[in-house]
Amino acid sequence: MALTVPRITIQNMTMAYGNFVIQRNLDFHIQPGEIFIIMGGSGCGKSTLLRHLIGLLRPALGNVLYDGASFWHASPEERERLMRRFGVLYQSGALWSSMTLAENVALPLGEYTDLSPRQIRNVVSLKLALVGLAGFEDFYPSEISGGMRKRAGLARAMALDPDILFFDEPSAGLDPISSRRLDDLILELRDSLGATVVVVTHELASIFAIGDKGVFLDAETKTMLAVGNPKTLRDASPEPKIRAFLTRGEDVTTTA
Amino acid sequence: MDTAHIPMPAVVHVSQMADATLLIQLTGSWQLRTGVPELTEIQQQLDDTPRVRQLTFEVLDMPAWDTGLLTFLLQLLDYCQHHQIAVDQSGLPEGVRRLLALATAVPEREGARRGASRLSWLAQVGTATLTALQSAPELCRFIGEACLTFVKFALGKARYRRTDLVLLLQECGAQALGIVALISFLVGLILAFMGAVQLRQFGAQIYVADLVGLGMTREMGAIMTGVIIAGRTGAAFAAQLGTMQVNEEIDALITMGIPPMEFLVLPRMLALMLMMPLLCVFADIVGMLGGLIVATGLLDMSLLEYLNETQRAVHLVDCGVGLFKSVVFGALVALAGCLRGMQCGRSAAAVGAAATSAVVTGIVWIIASDGVFAVLTERLGL
Repeated sequence: MALTVPRITIQNMTMAYGNFVIQRNLDFHIQPGEIFIIMGGSGCGKSTLLRHLIGLLRPALGNVLYDGASFWHASPEERERLMRRFGVLYQSGALWSSMTLAENVALPLGEYTDLSPRQIRNVVSLKLALVGLAGFEDFYPSEISGGMRKRAGLARAMALDPDILFFDEPSAGLDPISSRRLDDLILELRDSLGATVVVVTHELASIFAIGDKGVFLDAETKTMLAVGNPKTLRDASPEPKIRAFLTRGEDVTTTA
Repeated sequence: MDTAHIPMPAVVHVSQMADATLLIQLTGSWQLRTGVPELTEIQQQLDDTPRVRQLTFEVLDMPAWDTGLLTFLLQLLDYCQHHQIAVDQSGLPEGVRRLLALATAVPEREGARRGASRLSWLAQVGTATLTALQSAPELCRFIGEACLTFVKFALGKARYRRTDLVLLLQECGAQALGIVALISFLVGLILAFMGAVQLRQFGAQIYVADLVGLGMTREMGAIMTGVIIAGRTGAAFAAQLGTMQVNEEIDALITMGIPPMEFLVLPRMLALMLMMPLLCVFADIVGMLGGLIVATGLLDMSLLEYLNETQRAVHLVDCGVGLFKSVVFGALVALAGCLRGMQCGRSAAAVGAAATSAVVTGIVWIIASDGVFAVLTERLGL
């Protein structure tokens, strides 16, 4: 089997705000077409790690590689070109509040494609329908609920059919059915579009339903404890913290 | 149930049993709203008793308890932990024991608690200076990026929404006419009034027209409009961009590859630079109208006298100087507002601070640049 270049490589990365270290010595790969989960207790730096991957924060040490090419040592133009392959869903949707849902989803389409306004409208309707918001095209973000805002944010993240998707707590605030539909959508995006998906989440149901591989960040030791398939980590990890996390506190034995 | 139920006061009593054990007896209603004793009341007794090894509890006649009891016990447990005294909780009600267990389940994270630091006056001045110095490169970078964005705009390659620009033109320009009219009218009136009082002594009251005309067109029109716009629009820009920063909307623009400078800052700068000269002209005219009222009302000048003298004194150069200044002031107010908005922290209080800072920065820059213009126009003989 040929050795594929990982889609995303995190090389010995340390994240810090000034002198305050958040996580150090992070080292893992994400293969193309994988659904990768970033897990950990509250405040361990999961969202911060995501921001380092999407180009909003620079690592204090180490590097991030996309398809083997350095992300942070590249020129700003190259970084911007790479960032166009990303679709990002922020924790509260981060919809532009002065624009309707349709205008929000249409903005990247207008920027990066040559579609006519009518074609753009069709794509927008499709994306909103995929997330269950058909008919809400002309609503403003302030007029819809938090869960709906999140789904609209997802529609916008998917607008250009990106090949790398980043989700920051996608299920937070969603009811169980919506959360399940979101999981199904993520699986479908991977299966049909071949997208690589990086998800920051605590939702155990989602982690086991969609996660191929994951990394567990620890707030106390400020480093990663393990990388692997979530089910395997739950059943056989030598780290008690990981097993306790993945079994919602059921498995608190100190040996595997 | 007895109708007149007077809650029993909460009482704690310490007594020493044999073998280095202290017995803490708790009686009464231990509730927040009826008042609970503090640890200090028994701390003296605990300190005085030598070589205490263990603490036990006895609860007598406690009809009700709530957080008041829990906070007292937590302080006591903390004290015991520091003095290596074992605590036997079996005498406490079960609910109390369970809640104490929950409260102590997750240990305090190290380094999380923030100490209250009182820096000396000198250290505060030093820290403030260093912060101010560190903000200078950021300001330069912002101004540089703004200039580059303008170049892109001139080349037609800037990415922004036309609808945003049109909306901003309406907000900054048309909707500001009322307040600009009011303030310019009063400024013209005041200028004329001050001048009239002095000039009348020399019989030179005709020159009130010159004073108001030149004062408004060269200086006051641009400055007063600039200050009004800084307070009105500069703060609005900072609050808009600051709130977008809090909601991660600006991050979403960045990750989507749309530079916030082009999408957000450029339309705002364009709107102000286009509207300020128009507002300035309006302010000049209304200001001279205010002067007219004083001249005809107080000084018994006729309308024609005033208008003729104004026309004689005010030249196109004067109007030009004022208009040019107003464009510059518009750019400065927009820069200040957008800069503070983008620098905004991620909380509601930060948005307020950003708006305040935008107004102050805008006004300071206006006045400072006016000083530079005063020297420049004098040198250039304008």
